[in-house]
Amino acid sequence: MDSSPDAGQPAADIAVVRTSGVHKAYGDAGVLTGLNLEVQRGETITIFGPNGAGKTTLLRVLGSLTKPDRGEVSINGYSLTQQAALARSTIGVVMHSSLLYGDLTARENLRFYGNLFSLSDPEDRIETLAERLNVTHRLDDKVRDLSHGLEKRVSFVRALLHRPRLLLLDEPESGLDQNTLAIFEDLLAEFRAAGGSTVLVTHSLERGLALSDRVAILSGGRIVFDDRSQNVPIEELPEIYRSFTGEVS
Amino acid sequence: MKISLGPVWAVAKKDLLLEVRNREIILSILVFSGLVFIIFNFAIELTTVNRDTVGPGVLWVAFIFAAILGLNRSFIIEKDGNALEGMMLSPIGRDTILAGKTLGNLLFMLTALVVLFPVFTALFNVNVLKPEIIVLAALATIGLATIGTMFAALSVNTRAREIMLPVLFLPMAVPILIAAVEGTAQITQGGSWSEAAEWFQVLGAFDIVFVIGALLTFQFLLED
Repeated sequence: MDSSPDAGQPAADIAVVRTSGVHKAYGDAGVLTGLNLEVQRGETITIFGPNGAGKTTLLRVLGSLTKPDRGEVSINGYSLTQQAALARSTIGVVMHSSLLYGDLTARENLRFYGNLFSLSDPEDRIETLAERLNVTHRLDDKVRDLSHGLEKRVSFVRALLHRPRLLLLDEPESGLDQNTLAIFEDLLAEFRAAGGSTVLVTHSLERGLALSDRVAILSGGRIVFDDRSQNVPIEELPEIYRSFTGEVS
Repeated sequence: MKISLGPVWAVAKKDLLLEVRNREIILSILVFSGLVFIIFNFAIELTTVNRDTVGPGVLWVAFIFAAILGLNRSFIIEKDGNALEGMMLSPIGRDTILAGKTLGNLLFMLTALVVLFPVFTALFNVNVLKPEIIVLAALATIGLATIGTMFAALSVNTRAREIMLPVLFLPMAVPILIAAVEGTAQITQGGSWSEAAEWFQVLGAFDIVFVIGALLTFQFLLED
């Protein structure tokens, strides 16, 4: 399967994400205040929360872009303080910005990232993923010339290039048309079926619930609600969200 | 600290490819230096007596200010699309990223000097196209590219990065600037390798200190 994570790793009993007592503050403002979270292999968790709840900071901490002030984080069994490079080699990230160079073509960008991940077969992998995401015809165009949706698709190719075992997705659906959304949802389902884990941040309660095994609500820098998706009826989710965050979704 | 050459070259090669596309860094160094050369050519009355002593100062001051533009630009392209974070999400270390950026900046600065030296020689009638000066310039540029990249990385996330970089960079670049100007002046006045040896040694020593300092600190410069 094109989007499948690297086979054989990690051991089934190792939590793909494990955070314990994670604190992160910017100045006096505590963004994450003792956050504990575990995500198991093959599990997709959606994190909801109001603006400023710390969702993006959480993803940045998990991606080792931001160092927590306190607390422990391990990804696929690798401690982010001791083995950050190994942890990063198992993570694929899609953020608000594309993380691509506008003046390079999509293919040049992907080759570059392939080199950084020391991929032995970047060309084949690029072609396969690009075909899956229906961007093959624009691979030789500069990223700057691509529409937002196409740029996002190339971002997905970049995130999946090195066969990650964990995907961190920050509102990946924003600005996407229905066609691209359908591709994205199929891809996520394939990734999950192949044992990949996903931490998805979104404001769309309906989509987040439909795509995930678990839903959690982050508020005030902590997980204040966490349950299996099957236990959360969609019609009750807005009220649950309001009761834990004090805000309308 | 563990830096592999493959990813370092991959980062530098990416910068070279972007520069081939945009021609922003080398061109900005060339245009700024060229303009300063022309302004000084009109502003200072150079005679056969003072041109060998004043000229090198003009050359290196123009180059160092122009290099600041290029160094700033080399990190602005990383902020576009947040591509720097894309690199930081890969398994290569922060020190590897900055070593690659340093190599790229070094190549841009050396390329600019290849064009600037003949232009300067023609405008000021001071021959800097001598092997001794070329070696001296290469040594000076290694140090400038190393500390310049360090401070460009530090200042890229600040709001006033255009001001922050020169404020941080220039004081640290002063020893290199002095050695480059004095060494160049000595050689243009007919000095030999041995007569200018002390300036080669000064530059070599600062290069070693700056490169070691950079390798030790690079990994902390990109932390959030």
